[in-house]
Amino acid sequence: MHQEEAKLNLYSKMFLIRSFEKRLFDLFKKGKLFGTTHGCIGQEAVAVSVVSTLPKDTIYFSNHRCHGHFLAYSDRPDLLLAELMGKKGGVCAGRGGSQHLCYKDFFTNGVQGGIVPVATGIALAEKLKKSGRTVCVFIGDGTLGQGVVYESMNMASLWSLPILFVLENNQYAMSTFVRNAVAGSITARAEAFGIRSWDIVTSDVFAMCQTVQKACDYIAEEPRPGFLAFETYRFCGHSKSDECHYRTAAEVQTWAEKDAFEILQTSIKDKGKRELIEQQCLNRLEEVVREVEAMPFADV
Amino acid sequence: MYISEAINKVLFELLTTNPEVYLMGEDIESPYGGAFKITKNLSEQFKSRVINTPISESSLVGVASGMAMRGLRPVLEIMFGDFMTLGMDQLVNHASKFHYMYNGQVDVPMFIRTPMGGRRGYGPTHSQTLEKLLLGIPGIKVLALSQRHSFHDIYIHAVTKEKCPVILIENKALYSMRQELPENGRSGDFFITESAGPYPCLTLSLNNFVSADATVVTYGGMLPLVEKAATQLCLDEEIFVEIVVPSLLGVPLDINWVEASLRRTGRLVIVEEGTQSFGFGSEVAALACSKYFKLLKYPVIRIAAADSPIPCARHLENLVLPNEANIYQELKWGILNDS
Repeated sequence: MHQEEAKLNLYSKMFLIRSFEKRLFDLFKKGKLFGTTHGCIGQEAVAVSVVSTLPKDTIYFSNHRCHGHFLAYSDRPDLLLAELMGKKGGVCAGRGGSQHLCYKDFFTNGVQGGIVPVATGIALAEKLKKSGRTVCVFIGDGTLGQGVVYESMNMASLWSLPILFVLENNQYAMSTFVRNAVAGSITARAEAFGIRSWDIVTSDVFAMCQTVQKACDYIAEEPRPGFLAFETYRFCGHSKSDECHYRTAAEVQTWAEKDAFEILQTSIKDKGKRELIEQQCLNRLEEVVREVEAMPFADV
Repeated sequence: MYISEAINKVLFELLTTNPEVYLMGEDIESPYGGAFKITKNLSEQFKSRVINTPISESSLVGVASGMAMRGLRPVLEIMFGDFMTLGMDQLVNHASKFHYMYNGQVDVPMFIRTPMGGRRGYGPTHSQTLEKLLLGIPGIKVLALSQRHSFHDIYIHAVTKEKCPVILIENKALYSMRQELPENGRSGDFFITESAGPYPCLTLSLNNFVSADATVVTYGGMLPLVEKAATQLCLDEEIFVEIVVPSLLGVPLDINWVEASLRRTGRLVIVEEGTQSFGFGSEVAALACSKYFKLLKYPVIRIAAADSPIPCARHLENLVLPNEANIYQELKWGILNDS
């Protein structure tokens, strides 16, 4: 694909995720949503680079902050919003809500760390079935506090499982700064189990895709588990009620200058095309909101 | 056949006939064959399907559910039931929830077998009967079998037909006992009726259900002790009891298996090896009081372990766990004092 076209393609996916997440906060304010949501504004490039690069038949397990991953995988904001609104047409007919999604080979659960052994078991099953498929599990820096993560890494390495651990270090576990909760080096933890790992410290989504591709090739060829550690930042609160009093405006500004979304946005040469994509996406979202609001509530 | 052999044989049969069955657990491969030797010699014949794991129970329950979600039928051995606590997050927040919260899009047909129970002097952390921690979890099935249940049939059904996680509590004391399956309504000194369905409830009587003074509900490894106490009561005091032995214990609990016997006796006794409070017996008693209040002529009698950790020394353990002698005494005086 031509570089500019590729940019627009990735940008449209990232734009959908950011707009969807923003729209949710707005819908909460209007009292149209029940429960909570964990926004991923600032982390879109992780979801998009990973999901766009891994094979189409990859099996995903994600966590509480899963909307970006889901949208990158499915491109179905309607199914997600319907789930959040408790509508019959939601991916889990209102039973799962924001943190518990299941759509084709994409699963999420809201308990930190617990998804990692399940994803490891899925990878073991795929290996035993000789399906050639890869599993990808998304975790956050906060999840590194959970013991099952390391038990699972140990087994994934012992049994040479085709699993990619994707760590999104968004610097905060709720309000706790990563350096107050995670000792030592993150990738060294994976390396200690003999799991090859890559640090991804860049705001260039293409560079991210390239590293994901390397990890993906390595996992498929060996097969062996791999570990990607993304440095990223969440610009919104942990959840809808978090006003982020634990960080300074100056810190947020520093990260805003490194925002992969904005950097990609400004790098697009054809402003007209970009604005068209944005408008189409916003129109689509408005249509989705209207359509989902009109849907019947999920059956009891 | 000893029960340990019966389980070994049915695992062999399952591995032979079902390519999606995998056995996993700590030290289950040969030459060790599991802490209780239940998987003896199986790894030699099914090399890649009997898998030794690290000591990681918390993750293993999750690994097994991941396998089950992808169409395999993992059979996980948790070496001691006491270690089920380590897998609780996986059971409560993952495996038991997936089918429901994903609106029926996935099944999690994993099977966990784990030995519980005391009488071997293993002390506070290797002797417990902890199924009460599991019984209230919606979305899983909890089984416990006695020596008069068919380990073969129940294993085959649970491992190959179920769609949800199933946990089988195997009382350690049973492993070295023989299977005594009912034939033509008899087994040992007992007349036996068996309810229909994959997980039968047995009702035992020494006098062919003519009349009895109490309905004693018990399960798993307590049955041999209750049978001995019942036989002795009959010989010493001509007190007859019927023994009701369910094999499916968890939610939703329907105790309709106790009704027919309660109609004959009017007295409910519950005997269990776990600590008395907040457990299976509490639930059965509560259900019986709401559902069969009019059939109950006497107060419910509870016989269970003291609400205490289990000490290691034999004489101390014996004070905490219900045994043949105190089951006999409590039944006898409970019935004689309140007739």
